[in-house]
Amino acid sequence: VGHLFCFREAGLTNGTPVETSSPASTSSLLNRLQLDDDLEADIRDPYAEAAETRDLFVTVDDPKKHVSTMETYITYRVSTKTSRVEFDLPEYCVRRRYQDFDWLRIKLEDSQPTHLIPPLPEKFVMKGVVDRFSEDFVETRMKALDKFLKRVADHPVLSFNPHLNTFLTTKDLNKRQGLALLSKVGESVKHVAGGYKLRARPAEFGAMGEYLDTFNQKLGTIDRIAQRILKEQSEYLTELREYGTVYSSWAGSEDELRRPLEGVGGCVTTCCGALEDLGDGMSQDILPVLREYVLYIESMKSVLRKRDQSQAEYEGRLEAAVLRKQEDRTPMPLEVEKCQDKVECFNADLKADWERWQSNKRHDFKQLLTGMADKNINHYEKCQAAWESLITLLQDKQTEDKTSETN
Amino acid sequence: QPGAELSPRELSLRFLPMLCGVTAQMLEEGSTLLRRMEICVAEAEKRNGKNTVNMQETFTVYLVETRPMDAVAEGRNQAPDSLWRRYSEFELLRNYLLVTYPYIVVPPLPEKRAEFVWHKLSADNMDPDFVERRRVGLENFLLRVASHPVLSNDKILHHFLIEEHGWKEVVYETGFQAKADSRLRALSATFRVRNPDKRFMEMKHYSDELQSHTSQLLRARARVADRLYGVYKVHGNYGRVFSEWSAMEKEMGDGLQSAGHHMDAYAASIDDILEEEEHYADQLKEYLFYAEALRAVCRKHELTQFEFEMASQELVSKKQQHEELSTGIVRTFSFKGMTNKLFGQEAPEQREARLKLLEDLIAEGEEDVQEKTVECGEHVERAWVDMHRFKEQKDKDLREALINYAVMQISMCKKGIQMWSNAKECFLKM
Repeated sequence: VGHLFCFREAGLTNGTPVETSSPASTSSLLNRLQLDDDLEADIRDPYAEAAETRDLFVTVDDPKKHVSTMETYITYRVSTKTSRVEFDLPEYCVRRRYQDFDWLRIKLEDSQPTHLIPPLPEKFVMKGVVDRFSEDFVETRMKALDKFLKRVADHPVLSFNPHLNTFLTTKDLNKRQGLALLSKVGESVKHVAGGYKLRARPAEFGAMGEYLDTFNQKLGTIDRIAQRILKEQSEYLTELREYGTVYSSWAGSEDELRRPLEGVGGCVTTCCGALEDLGDGMSQDILPVLREYVLYIESMKSVLRKRDQSQAEYEGRLEAAVLRKQEDRTPMPLEVEKCQDKVECFNADLKADWERWQSNKRHDFKQLLTGMADKNINHYEKCQAAWESLITLLQDKQTEDKTSETN
Repeated sequence: QPGAELSPRELSLRFLPMLCGVTAQMLEEGSTLLRRMEICVAEAEKRNGKNTVNMQETFTVYLVETRPMDAVAEGRNQAPDSLWRRYSEFELLRNYLLVTYPYIVVPPLPEKRAEFVWHKLSADNMDPDFVERRRVGLENFLLRVASHPVLSNDKILHHFLIEEHGWKEVVYETGFQAKADSRLRALSATFRVRNPDKRFMEMKHYSDELQSHTSQLLRARARVADRLYGVYKVHGNYGRVFSEWSAMEKEMGDGLQSAGHHMDAYAASIDDILEEEEHYADQLKEYLFYAEALRAVCRKHELTQFEFEMASQELVSKKQQHEELSTGIVRTFSFKGMTNKLFGQEAPEQREARLKLLEDLIAEGEEDVQEKTVECGEHVERAWVDMHRFKEQKDKDLREALINYAVMQISMCKKGIQMWSNAKECFLKM
């Protein structure tokens, strides 16, 4: 873990990248980018950068239910393809359950406290309210786990974490579960024990915090709107179904009008189907992503707090050391220097992660909103097609009747 | 006529031979009014005046304009003749037509009060949208009447269109109100008639179906409109939140802001869509009210049939009495018969007098039966022609209405696609 804290520890101060077994530490990445001033902003986009040089591919799919005497749970297939030397084989295939993902996340948080770890989908679901084994729920959760793992695999630092390696390659992860609880407790203890008060937070981190708060609010609003729309659409669907049946029952008492009336009833039914699909699409693809970003914001805020903590600690120690120095002329203690390093690395890592997060966010929301637009367009296209074919049918009948009349 | 249940299709096929001679002629005569004259209800205005109980009231008047067709055809820019009529005068005209032509399915008036409203529409009679739709409905009524093969020849109708003052007096002078059947008589006939024409009973049943289905449809449509309105309007909230969100973004800002505008436009688009759909609802309403008119014709048949049956029965009874009196053979129980047996028969002179009376009554009765037979028969014949004409008109009109509804739906889908495509373009620029 030590080698992940930047180059200063190795004694270099000129900013050149370090030849360690982790070739792509975030800071060195930043440096590489800073050298190319004339690059377009887009190419500097860490998201695009990662995509071009990707050498680790992961996928989560194939959910299966397991029934044992103690419990019932779902496992997912995690497939890996890689050309990295850190992996013994080029391909792996293992089965993992949610617990295992949770373990991985905790391990990553512990071992990479200066980095933003992507969120997992919600752990706990109310047993009575949500069916944990329904196709929709499993599908939604699987997509979120897939996204989580891909984000980790795309991260220039996190993807080299040995825990990730273990997660992707080891057949049986169960033995390590015991550690999970302990480390979670340990982490929170660490934070409380800090106790230093922050003096002056650098403006950019303050801005990040504010942005996150406001963004959180907006996301909440969008989530509420989306849910309201779903509710209104559902009520509309109920009435629309009833409406369709009236046409069909009227058709029963007519002769010439029977076909047109049945036709209209049929179109209305088709529109009902399309509307149902739209609603399903929204709740499966749109809402979960919105919720996930709320979790992402929580993660980010927690990292910001940790940063604040480490800065406070440094400032506190520095102050104490300065006082002592004035008294007995001892040189700056090593812990204080270590703290300073820690803060600076933290700040650098955080800034890089922030940029990545912003870029990912832009990409994700672009995809989300475009997807939402596509779903709506698709819905209207289905409805339009149904009504157009009805008109063709009715108008053909009309010309048919006219020709038979003149004959 | 005895027979099994007949479908409306079979009924109309049965009737076809009668159609040919009669209808063609009627069409020839009837459509002349509309061929001669262009009619429209051009405007509506509010007036203040005193009503029948001398109280102040506000009411709406409608401008009825007419223009000779040859002027229109020759392109002469002649100013139309016009007069103002209120809704109650239209009602009077229609009531007159109902009584005078009980064998005709009389076109209905637009509704008196707004019904089947969904929440955004006003139920207020003074609301300008309601007044406008009523104007259209009144024009439609006049056009239907003026193009009807029988009704278009009516003098009172002509008078209505041309002379503003004194029209009411002329209508009352016809004494049509006296000819109106009392509700009680009509109801009684419905229950007590023995042999109504099966075709008319079928038609009456059909009118119930038509009424039930159109009103169900109108109610369901209003509920759907209400819900759809809600769905569209909630999307407007996206507009506001995207706008707020865009303020805090750098690269994403412009795309979000413009997309927000498209969401606002989407939310606003429902108003026009539903306004147009009201026209469809009005077409359905017309046939809802037409169903009542159809039923009225069937009930008139029940009444004429019942009166014929009553008259026949009366005649049979008188003839029987006569026979009993002359032959002395009592077939039916009567108190007179009983007392005769107990106390001896009456004097010969009295018997002669009674016989003479009965013969007079029988002669009257036979005339009466003859009259009622003609009345009933004529009604059946004429009504059947008009009911068939009505059916064809209804099939054509409703079919067109359904096609137009489909066209409206397509237009709505296209608008939706347009709006979301515009939004999508903005999202892609984020």
